[in-house]
Amino acid sequence: MKNLRKTWPFHLMLLPALICLALFSYLPMTGIIMAFQDYKPWEGIQGSAWVGLDNFRYLFEREDSLQVIWNTLVIAVLKIVFNLLVPFSFAILLNEIRKRALQRTIQTMVYLPHFLSWVILGGILIEMLAVDGFVNRVLASVGVQPIFFLGDNDWFRFTVIVSDVWKEFGYNTIVFLAALAGVNPTLYEAAEIDGAGRWKQTLHITMPSLLPITVVVGTLALGNILNAGFDQIFNLYNPLVYEKGDIIDTFVYRTAILNGEMGFGTAIGLFKSVISMILILISYRMAYKWAGYRIF
Amino acid sequence: MYHKTIPYRIFNVFNIGLLVLLAVLCIIPLIHVLAISFSSKAAADAGLIGLWPVDFSLEAYKKTMNNPAFLRSIWISVARTVLGTALTLAITFLAAYPLSKERRVFASRSVYSWLFVFSMVFNGGLVPFYIVIQKLGLINSFWVLVLPGAVNTFLVILMLNFFRGIPKELEEAAYIDGAGHFKTLFRIYLPVSLPSIATIALFSMVFHWNSWFDGLLYLNNSRDFPLATFLQTVIIQQDMSTMSMSPKEMELLSQTTVNAAQIFIGAAPILLVYPFLQRFFVKGMTLGSVKE
Repeated sequence: MKNLRKTWPFHLMLLPALICLALFSYLPMTGIIMAFQDYKPWEGIQGSAWVGLDNFRYLFEREDSLQVIWNTLVIAVLKIVFNLLVPFSFAILLNEIRKRALQRTIQTMVYLPHFLSWVILGGILIEMLAVDGFVNRVLASVGVQPIFFLGDNDWFRFTVIVSDVWKEFGYNTIVFLAALAGVNPTLYEAAEIDGAGRWKQTLHITMPSLLPITVVVGTLALGNILNAGFDQIFNLYNPLVYEKGDIIDTFVYRTAILNGEMGFGTAIGLFKSVISMILILISYRMAYKWAGYRIF
Repeated sequence: MYHKTIPYRIFNVFNIGLLVLLAVLCIIPLIHVLAISFSSKAAADAGLIGLWPVDFSLEAYKKTMNNPAFLRSIWISVARTVLGTALTLAITFLAAYPLSKERRVFASRSVYSWLFVFSMVFNGGLVPFYIVIQKLGLINSFWVLVLPGAVNTFLVILMLNFFRGIPKELEEAAYIDGAGHFKTLFRIYLPVSLPSIATIALFSMVFHWNSWFDGLLYLNNSRDFPLATFLQTVIIQQDMSTMSMSPKEMELLSQTTVNAAQIFIGAAPILLVYPFLQRFFVKGMTLGSVKE
């Protein structure tokens, strides 16, 4: 209690944030009991019937929900891989440019798409990727048949992954560039004296020095394995590509909010949250163990 | 020296070419949309526009600016951005101070930290969240755009990491002069942490300006939509529904140039603050990720 006399300002300062957390983070968590109910909005949580694990059984029996989980995994894993490889290579190549002004100009241009929302970019992409759009006109000039990027199940995932990498690779390069700036220049000087060419230097100095940060970024990305990017998919997809492009989050939105299957929607959401949480905890543990990374 | 050798010079030329090409690819879509917005409707419908306007025209901007629904949504977006950012700043600034203290000084710190971190790691999902918003009476209220996003643990961590970098001597001097924690926070910490407050303000502004899903989910009346939600319904949902229309119907509805103008106006504030964004975001992004 004598402690409280000293620390009361601290508790008071935290109060507004805690109220917000309680209302918008912890109160919703109590709602996960709906996952075990046949929830009816007019009966509320108290009145709705308990159904045990039926919603979860249903989740693994329904063909569309299994397809949706698979779509999510495929899209998310490919995004994680390419959002690691492309920035990694881009940072190394950008680091080779010796003119600072050119380097900075390129950086300014590639960071830009990250800050625009998927509504804006979706609007632009729908226009550009249409059958008679800008991209198909450019492709036609080299003799390629028009491609229905956003309406063809064979092309949709490709389009989603490429456009996501396009939006984020510049921004993801930042951490790699920061790591490259920290490499001790005497290492390169020593290699130079030993007669190593630039490729050898890249292979034996640059790449190994990027390894720790790559491990950190890669492991932390594991938590996103069920996050295929709601904002992007929602703004780019349409019923024609549900088969290959529908993901957990868009599926929850349609089944729960639009069709009113609240209990089922909560169950899928809970399934996703629990798996993500486990992966996040494991990945932070690994990132700490392998690379000494801590968020606090 | 390696960069004097002929193979490296050849590599360098190709490398610069490749990177410049990639950089150009990142801004081409914006240039294309800008070109469409300044072209005539006929040229846009005929698909003639590349990266430069055809039949220069301001018609699309005139139409957009005369659309009361569009102007109202801009106003709502500005309001949510200003209020939301102010609220986030206040809450984040206050919460980061006690969390930046050592356990020795503030024993309950670790309990509070866990409350924050756990909220980042786990969430109840979309449906329970929707029900809570409903129970709180926030459906169709402007405040649904401001309150739920007010605490962002990531921003709190950013702020507290900055606070930890402030020399202890400053605080000790204030303490000896008889200042309490509130006084220390507002008189000592506030002035020296303006750069990081600017970073958080920018993060929060971009978040609010770009947010569209909350408006779509919790607001039933399109009169209450912020700009991002307005654009989502007008441009993207519209486009989805035209896919099943006959070419004749599409012709009548064709709004390519107006859409382009609206998209560009929606992106404009981000482009305006972009020079600052780039500077501060790079700092924010590398803070806490690369440590010696």
